[in-house]
Amino acid sequence: MNQMDEIVQEFLVESHENLDQLDTDLIALEQEPGSRPLLGSIFRTIHTIKGTSGFLAYSKLEAVTHVGESLLSRLRDGELVLDPEMTSALLEMVDAVRGLLSSIEANGAEGDPDHTDLIARLTALQSPPSQDAAAVPVQRQTDDDEAIQPEEPAVVEVVIPRLGEMLVQSGVAAPTDVLAAVLDQTLGGDSRKLGEILVSKGRAQQSEVDTALETQGETRRSVSDSSIRVDVDLLDALMTLVGELVLTRNQIIQHAATREDADLVRSSQRLNLIASELQEGVMKTRMQPIDSVWSKIPRVIRDLSLTCGKQVRVEMEGKETELDRTILESTKDPLTHLVRNAVDHAIETPAERIAAGKDPEGLLLMRAFHEGGQVNIEITDDGKGIDPAVIGAKALEKGLVSPDQLSRMTPREIVNLVFLPGFSTAAQVTNVSGRGVGMDVVKTNIERIGGTIDVQSVVGRGTTFRIKIPLTLAIIPALTVTCAGDRYAIPQVSLLELVRLEGEAVTAGVEQIQGAPVYRLRGNLLPLVYLDRELAVGPGELDRQRDTLFIVVLQADDRQFGLVVDGVCDTEEIVVKPLGKQLKGIPSFAGATILGDGKVALILDVLAVAQRSNVLLTGRERGVGDRGLRGETAVSEVESLLIVGLGEGRRMGIPLAMVTRLEDFPLDTIERVGSREVVQYRDQILPLIRLSSFLGTGGYGEPSPTVQVVVYSENGRSVGLVVEQILDIAEQAITARSDLDSHGLLGSAVVQDHITELLDVRQAILAADPNFYLSAPADLAGV
Amino acid sequence: MTATVTENSSQQFTTFKVDGFLFGVEVESVQEVIRYQEMTRVPLAPGSVGGLINLRGQVITALDLRHRLGMRERPEGQLPMNVVVRTEDGAVSLLVDQIGEVIETDLVHFEPPPDTVSAAARELVRGAYKLDGALLLALDVARVVEV
Repeated sequence: MNQMDEIVQEFLVESHENLDQLDTDLIALEQEPGSRPLLGSIFRTIHTIKGTSGFLAYSKLEAVTHVGESLLSRLRDGELVLDPEMTSALLEMVDAVRGLLSSIEANGAEGDPDHTDLIARLTALQSPPSQDAAAVPVQRQTDDDEAIQPEEPAVVEVVIPRLGEMLVQSGVAAPTDVLAAVLDQTLGGDSRKLGEILVSKGRAQQSEVDTALETQGETRRSVSDSSIRVDVDLLDALMTLVGELVLTRNQIIQHAATREDADLVRSSQRLNLIASELQEGVMKTRMQPIDSVWSKIPRVIRDLSLTCGKQVRVEMEGKETELDRTILESTKDPLTHLVRNAVDHAIETPAERIAAGKDPEGLLLMRAFHEGGQVNIEITDDGKGIDPAVIGAKALEKGLVSPDQLSRMTPREIVNLVFLPGFSTAAQVTNVSGRGVGMDVVKTNIERIGGTIDVQSVVGRGTTFRIKIPLTLAIIPALTVTCAGDRYAIPQVSLLELVRLEGEAVTAGVEQIQGAPVYRLRGNLLPLVYLDRELAVGPGELDRQRDTLFIVVLQADDRQFGLVVDGVCDTEEIVVKPLGKQLKGIPSFAGATILGDGKVALILDVLAVAQRSNVLLTGRERGVGDRGLRGETAVSEVESLLIVGLGEGRRMGIPLAMVTRLEDFPLDTIERVGSREVVQYRDQILPLIRLSSFLGTGGYGEPSPTVQVVVYSENGRSVGLVVEQILDIAEQAITARSDLDSHGLLGSAVVQDHITELLDVRQAILAADPNFYLSAPADLAGV
Repeated sequence: MTATVTENSSQQFTTFKVDGFLFGVEVESVQEVIRYQEMTRVPLAPGSVGGLINLRGQVITALDLRHRLGMRERPEGQLPMNVVVRTEDGAVSLLVDQIGEVIETDLVHFEPPPDTVSAAARELVRGAYKLDGALLLALDVARVVEV
């Protein structure tokens, strides 16, 4: 490799770029087979490769490109019209060329592939079928007509040369004069230079034109002059150096802050500014438009849809959106997988689509845009969508969720079950997608680069995958914390808030639930993870005496947890350094960094720490089930419970936030509609549900002349939960909670020294009024 | 063929001591030798990982050769020195007790590792060179860094 001739190297780089363009062009050409500019461009590319390979004595490459070129030249001359078969053959030729080039790059020789079949096919395609023979001359005729003025469009586009602009700007010549001169050149066939025409017409002075010409020589920069190829390694090295500079800057700023030296402070501020700009500039050099990955997609889709017998059109928005190249590289596989899935599974065959009243041609829309320091990528298809019922049934069958958990999940949550490990099934595997790579791998890959993925789907209308990824990984803002005498960096992107407990709150604030420490954060139970214990560097026990407790509230994979650390230092921009392979096996660390004082600190991988500590039960059963629960408590946001009696001594807790009013209805006002009990209430019909029968308790005790009803209203709808009696409102903390796998319950807890069941209000409401939540189907909006 | 071997048989070693034994690494694979550097410990890491050091902006893993070779722990208060070696996956520092000089020796003095060397160490030593009054154990760097 090192000895490789510079010419060959150049040839390889150039050809690879050209080949990517060729793929795109060929597919575009299929859409408009007669496009001369496209044909011309394709022909030129192949011609260049052929020429150079002949010069460099790569005979196989030359042979393949030669037949391709011949076919292309006949297409270009209009002797043949492009058909799908030819496109396939030409694409195959591009692949063959790519293979040969890779071989040359790797081994310095073309290797031994056999392209005789391909060459034969390309040759055969050059001779038009005999029945078309008569048509050929006619075709040629029209082409010859066109050939007289081959590229003359109906509207003349006049490009005012730079000199003209300059002459106008400096007031030497009037705009109209320049335009007239340019028109003389382009239409009148005046071959003289613009300056000469103007001078000869007496519109400008020779000396003035000369001055302008001189200036032009200095300022002119053609496209080829204004961009250069730079070795990626060099850029990476630059990035490292800038990282160092940023660190040194941090050191100097810290140092300057302790001195009372106005000059030093001023200089350090300037340094700060320059370093930041430099950092930004170098970061930009590593940015590449997402198109460099996307440009491969149309080809993938074309090949795939041919294999599957489907028609798919791909549209792309925001191709120019830029991303750090390392991140871009790692989005390639997940994106390709999603696209393959969409074509293979989501988009229906033309017949099915017509039957469903859709355009036979499916649409795959890819969008990319920047938002909030992140890049969003959306992949939308208008296929059959993901049916929550099917997904739910499959998840049940695989034992990924329990029926109870499933019943509590929203359709959107159910659809997102496809990301669970073990969801992909062998039955799904076709040779196209599902080659052992499940959606969980897609999710893992996205999360590895600090991104998130989410899916929304409407049955029959389509599916949208939404990916959010950070712009760059090299420099990230991070919070430094201390633990057992060491410092660790936590990426700011996972940071939600900091909680500091002092004095009595240290012991009072942390509770134990089934041996697991939790902190009550605004009514939500936040599982706590002791960093020293997780890293096995300290006692980490609850009884360890701490004067102050720092809880770093973190977000990991849709869940929150509190990381208990010894101290919180600072937030700063850190440069992420990879760890040596000796440490690659430790998932808890995402890398290392050098802090402002020159010491090394490890960067915590928040997701891995959470998983290690079992806060996230590897995203399976509990991860899914608890999401429903968390949603419920998040709605309530209170610790107060309404305690009601259900007869037979059962006590039930209802979050006070789910209680709008308490009412007494005389028994005789209750009417029946079908099998439901309703009561007229404030000019509305209030559906009632008897909690005792909903939860399978026997009847209420003594029949009383009135019923006690807990009314809950939302979005103008109300339901009434009939209870036996209202007992109390409990303000106290729930000290224990067990997961009862029981219908309609979230679990039970000890409240006021009594076992109290916690009602799943959502389910109870749905039992009373199945349409209660349908008024706001926010989950499905925006697909 | 024989001529070639003789020509290349002379070999230079950077030497250092670990728990009284004299070890050597081919000079070509040594990037630099530096005095004790402050280290950041890595929780949950294999026992041979001494920590991370900042080598002019590079984060480098330091491997404790005493641990790696199955020897006694370094006495309290004795600071290790760093022999930074180049490997396929970047630089790695080997923590040693004491740095020796660069020694030139010849293949004719080479023999398999002696029995006095512990089993753990024998795995990581290619062989021994008999020097005047000492035995130089040639470390197999590629294996040493496979923690």
